[in-house]
Amino acid sequence: MDRIPILKIGDFLLVSVQVDMHDRLAVSLQDDLTSRIVSSRARGVLIDISALDIVDSFIGRMLGNIAGMARVLDAETVVVGMQPSVAITLVELGLSLPGIRTALNIDRGMDLLKSAIERTGAASG
Amino acid sequence: MTVEKQSELALSAQEDVVVARQLVRAWSVELGLSLVDQTKIVTAASELARNTVIHGKGGTIRLEIVLETGRRGLRLTFADRGPGIVDIEKAMSDGYTTGTGLGLGLGGAKRLSQEFSIESEPGNGTRIAIIRWKG
Repeated sequence: MDRIPILKIGDFLLVSVQVDMHDRLAVSLQDDLTSRIVSSRARGVLIDISALDIVDSFIGRMLGNIAGMARVLDAETVVVGMQPSVAITLVELGLSLPGIRTALNIDRGMDLLKSAIERTGAASG
Repeated sequence: MTVEKQSELALSAQEDVVVARQLVRAWSVELGLSLVDQTKIVTAASELARNTVIHGKGGTIRLEIVLETGRRGLRLTFADRGPGIVDIEKAMSDGYTTGTGLGLGLGGAKRLSQEFSIESEPGNGTRIAIIRWKG
């Protein structure tokens, strides 16, 4: 079965979605990411959706689930690279992706993750 | 309204939803829709095709290039022989779901389309048609 690769860079996990996902593939990404956060002790997850030319309610829900589960596992999630036409369509569809941090590109997403982790580190330490 | 071109695709599994999205994308490019309009109709098609597979227990999508008073549009018709919808108004409202989704499918697909019609009868399946016009 197809799998979306998950790369580890330092304390972060990076996922770049490059295929048109059917629902089961999206669910398996969600499951894989959750177990990788635990096994790799990652503090942050970066999901690059720049290659996705649509985000429908199912993929939107999956992104929300990932962010929610990561938070419970002490990791921050940032979704990067959303195409403008996708953003326009999402809002009209009625999805505002509550609880999901977004950034324009991977560099900005990394910065956002680093500062978020420093903040939580400072607060708990 | 005249039909210039049409095609039909079976929707019976999740993978068919992906094929339907790609076909709708190809037809909207061919029609000359703007990128935002392409994205809107492909997203609406994704929601409705998923409904056909999950709630309708499988069905079909018909794609048509239609012509009316000098303008052309892409019409998509989703038909299934599933259980049908008892309360259409309720099913159209945001947040209402019988499945595992967000309950945005029907209402969202309507907001993303310029024309939207739905016919459904309990026990007799559901037929939903949407149109996006060029220009």
